[in-house]
Amino acid sequence: MEAHEAQVQLVPGDGPLPPVQQISIAVLALIVIGGIYTAAHLPRHVPQGPTIALLIAAALLLAVNVALLTRIEHFNWRVFRQVAGWVLAAYAVIAGMLEYVFIYDHTRGTQLLILTLMLVVFAVNIPVLIGFSVARFQALDRSS
Amino acid sequence: MASIAEPVSAPPVARTAPTRSFQIVPLAGLPVVAVVIVGMVVAIATNSLWALDFYHVVGGGLWTGIDLFLGLVLGPIMGTMSIPARVEFTTRLMPKMVLIMPTLVTMTLGAGFQLARSLGNLSANSPTHGWLLASYIVVGVMATIALGLLEPANIAVLFELRKPQPNGARIARLMKVFIYTAGITGLMQIATLVIMTHLAAG
Repeated sequence: MEAHEAQVQLVPGDGPLPPVQQISIAVLALIVIGGIYTAAHLPRHVPQGPTIALLIAAALLLAVNVALLTRIEHFNWRVFRQVAGWVLAAYAVIAGMLEYVFIYDHTRGTQLLILTLMLVVFAVNIPVLIGFSVARFQALDRSS
Repeated sequence: MASIAEPVSAPPVARTAPTRSFQIVPLAGLPVVAVVIVGMVVAIATNSLWALDFYHVVGGGLWTGIDLFLGLVLGPIMGTMSIPARVEFTTRLMPKMVLIMPTLVTMTLGAGFQLARSLGNLSANSPTHGWLLASYIVVGVMATIALGLLEPANIAVLFELRKPQPNGARIARLMKVFIYTAGITGLMQIATLVIMTHLAAG
């Protein structure tokens, strides 16, 4: 039994961690609400106050999340970078396609800027979330 | 946060089993995904009603069907399987889901939005605008659950399974998140079916 237990390594996810996952879900919810609000008004003019407020709130939460993440001690950054990098590549493609649809549908000016920034927050938030969700359960290695 | 931690002494899944070698993202499936996505871009660029309808209906039907099947049929079955059997099954199922689900979601939403635009359903004056708004909200909630809980759990399970000594308790906990969230999105898909059939009937 001792040998059995010795084979299971302590990983960051086995102890207390900052609420990175919860904050990421909140960021995602804000972006989704902004997207629904915008889509509900299209193709007419979209009132910009609520979407800008949602965007700023999401961006601030994302910044807080990144700050919390960087302060975690004993975290497997190699795995985080590996997973987040590939997820970022995938979500950059998805965000790029959505951007293409916006431009194709003649979205212009401030509205396009707001939607583009929402896509940027979305495309950065998901890699942070998935990278954290995986790396938290990885044992530390030398490069970490 | 600490509440989601499990005991450190949780048993490994198979002490003597060799490290599982499998691809988290099945590379052989990427060309198929690329063809599907390029086809969708062409459908949007040409505004072909048939192609947009095809992408939206096929993508949405498969997305709904897989969600319902996974959440309401496979989920309960997996819950009764032994952990080694669940691991074997998960190792084969989850990598495929990593490619299939995002592709279906992209197909359905991308083509669906363009289709609604072409048919004039996006207009606030459209009699179906309220139903469309309801579908945005249902999809928004499903997307938040899927991207925020389901997908991270899916990928975390795959990484755990690749370890020489996977932690059985951790896998069971992550799989529970996966199955529950798949069940919730499956049930929400019933709302989508009601909305979409109402829209199609005019």
